[in-house]
Amino acid sequence: MLTVRGITKTFGTLVANDAVNLTIGTGEIHALLGENGAGKSTLVKMLYGALAPNSGEINWQDSPVQITSPAYARKLGIGMVFQHFSLFDALNVAENVALALPKDQSLKEVSRNLSKISREYGLPLDPTAQIADLSVGERQRVEIVRCLLADPKLIIMDEPTSVLTPQEAETLFVTLEKLRDEGRSILYISHKLDEVRALCDTATILRHGKVVAHCDPRETSKAELARLMVGTSVADVKTSTKQQTEAETVLAAKNLSLPTDSQFGTALHNISFSLKAGTIGAIAGIAGNGQNELFSALTGEASLGEASSLEIFGKPSGQTDVNQRRKMGLAFVAEERLGHGAAPNMSMSENVLLTRATISEELRSIFGLKRSSADKIREEICDDFDVRRGSKNPPAGSLSGGNLQKFVIGRELGSKPKIIVINQPTWGVDAGAARHIRQTLIDSAEAGMAVLIISQDLDEIFEVADEIAVLHEGSLSPFVQAATVTRESLGLLMGGEGFEQSNTGVQHATHA
Amino acid sequence: MPLTLERRVAPSKLMMFASPVIAIILTLIAGAIILLFLGKDPANGLYVFFVEPLTQAWSLEEILVKTIPLALIAAGLTICFTANVWNIGAEGQFILGAIAGATIPVLLPDLQGPHTLPLMMMLGFMGGMFFALIPALFKVRFGANEILTSLMLVYVAELILDYFVRGPWRDPAGLNFPKTIDFNEWASMPIIGADRLNIGLYIAIAVAFILLFFMGRTFQGFGIKLAGQAPKAAKFAGFSRDKTVYLVLALSGGLAGLAGIIEVAGPINQLRPAISPGYGFTAIIVAFLGRLNPVGALIAAFILSITYIGAENAQIFLKITNKITSVFQGILLFFVLACDTLIYYRLRLKARMNEVRS
Repeated sequence: MLTVRGITKTFGTLVANDAVNLTIGTGEIHALLGENGAGKSTLVKMLYGALAPNSGEINWQDSPVQITSPAYARKLGIGMVFQHFSLFDALNVAENVALALPKDQSLKEVSRNLSKISREYGLPLDPTAQIADLSVGERQRVEIVRCLLADPKLIIMDEPTSVLTPQEAETLFVTLEKLRDEGRSILYISHKLDEVRALCDTATILRHGKVVAHCDPRETSKAELARLMVGTSVADVKTSTKQQTEAETVLAAKNLSLPTDSQFGTALHNISFSLKAGTIGAIAGIAGNGQNELFSALTGEASLGEASSLEIFGKPSGQTDVNQRRKMGLAFVAEERLGHGAAPNMSMSENVLLTRATISEELRSIFGLKRSSADKIREEICDDFDVRRGSKNPPAGSLSGGNLQKFVIGRELGSKPKIIVINQPTWGVDAGAARHIRQTLIDSAEAGMAVLIISQDLDEIFEVADEIAVLHEGSLSPFVQAATVTRESLGLLMGGEGFEQSNTGVQHATHA
Repeated sequence: MPLTLERRVAPSKLMMFASPVIAIILTLIAGAIILLFLGKDPANGLYVFFVEPLTQAWSLEEILVKTIPLALIAAGLTICFTANVWNIGAEGQFILGAIAGATIPVLLPDLQGPHTLPLMMMLGFMGGMFFALIPALFKVRFGANEILTSLMLVYVAELILDYFVRGPWRDPAGLNFPKTIDFNEWASMPIIGADRLNIGLYIAIAVAFILLFFMGRTFQGFGIKLAGQAPKAAKFAGFSRDKTVYLVLALSGGLAGLAGIIEVAGPINQLRPAISPGYGFTAIIVAFLGRLNPVGALIAAFILSITYIGAENAQIFLKITNKITSVFQGILLFFVLACDTLIYYRLRLKARMNEVRS
């Protein structure tokens, strides 16, 4: 159906795609595998007409084409479901879908077609529902239905399961298989090897912009796929075997509530938990269920109404600010590395100052900030965490996602905190760096640090956590021992089962 | 053959310094073209405008006299703009500083001694500061855009000054001219030059270096930079957005007010309806030409004051209007901002034409 030959795309000196070949047959689910930064998105954007290749040719149904725009791609029969949804929160489902269609259809027609498609493919949707009220999984359905309305022959899906519970993912796979059986092709981008092996017929693996292998994922072992993606084999994280029972509680939330500050944020309702020294607690949940709100309540960026709703080392601390908490021995790693955890245009040394200037004595003197000490700390972090950079002190924004995350985590651990709160520790980080980060967290906990991670990645959670809780629509389930829960039971909790209905009721009332 | 802009991997260090120089050269070229259209010899015109002021002692001193207010106001604006807060009303804060400082020589003319001038300067700083805190309050409380509020307050300030010099503060012995009494000896800036250059120059230089230290070496200065570049990161580092808005507007307003009182206690020596040829607005150009660096602004202030003296020269020798100053200043700001693009982007000729979007 689609063949790509020798396609190359460069950005300045960076070669994002280097003579890439790709063949997608009719009625197959083709996996595009690769780490972050391997060039998957670049390739896909060229297929969808959002980028123009420097050289190489694209053949669509045996004739050469130049895909000059997404509109033209859609006309050819190529549809795409993006990882980040482009939906308007304030409009309803039908209105959002109609926006992407030719103007000659009335809203009523759109609604009718939409209902028909959503029934046919097992993607239940209410055309009149407001986007803001929909779960992430439902929003993805809107994107898929919108794509299907154009009757595409090739559907490109960018990491579709990254926002779904395991159960929702299963439902999606059924839909995808139905689409395949109709003779449509799917280009499935992912780095989750299990689902690729379960779902896909063929796979193309990219590394550093080059195709390193075409293979049949069903016939290839998971370890082999990982090795192809990363280039070297990735060792497993060593988990500790010790049992912490007598440790003191260092961080505790007691009926912590936080109203949302924006129309589409998530309010937190009566969150209670306690975390002991030397343990790793993980908070699972699908994106947009209050993770960022919880993180800002813990950092102090959002002030709590009651000082007693957050206790740090037994002291009511709900109204202390972020630097007071840092001085008490807390450290924080934000999900958004560029712009929140680090300033993209500032040098690495200046980014050391960002969180360390108030707590590290050596960074201050009577003549002001000591930049030489910041340089020293920068070098220490880069050595300890193997941070790769283009020059000695480049802007933080020039580091790759994995290297920046290692730098940020190294910066926080460097202050020898007693408690560390991390939102999405390895989101968008390559496998090698992710392993390093997880191992560091486990070792730190072994040394007595309390670690709280907020993560959407169940693999990661099962790899590192001692205790697990689930965040759903701003409410938190009780923490349970990691060894006693299964992926399925977590999936159900992430989907909201087992939470009291009253909480979700409040949630919808605030949106209405 | 289309030209395209391509984002650089890292901002260009070379362009950071070259951009204002290129902007000045482009301004000179544009100036030559304008002079050509006015029927004047461009070479001679540019010489009269930009070089001759530098060749004579009196005009050099006059350039320095005008450098003082420009440098002081621009120093504060660099900090404001660095924080991404757009104080366009320095002209008004300058006037309010002048009025506040003038209360002592006008209302308490007997308060004379070594403390008089420092007291006036303190009042001047505070006058400008409070006037700048009005847009700060509106921005924080109601989300009002400070560009509009600070700009509109300029006209308010001008009318307040007008009221005082024509009304309650008018010099009874002034033959009904709209002006206050002359400031007494203790309330005047000590002269360090041959004619009108006063110690304000030292103050402007000191302020520039103090602010350079503040921005480069203190955590608070770092927080202001962060607030401008990455507001969420600034909050993560413990800086409240609201406090930053108050701080930078108070500081830039205060320095504009200080410039105001130095101007009226110096070269003017009294209050009258017009005390500034638009220093508060020109200082915006100075701040950008000086790379939003307080010491850079000091140098840029010197360059911009040449255009004031140059325009007077041009009026006398070339018989063209001195409004040409504003034209040159506007062109310069245009080119400075345009050239700054080159710091983050490079120009590329597109070799292939197949990227036309439908």
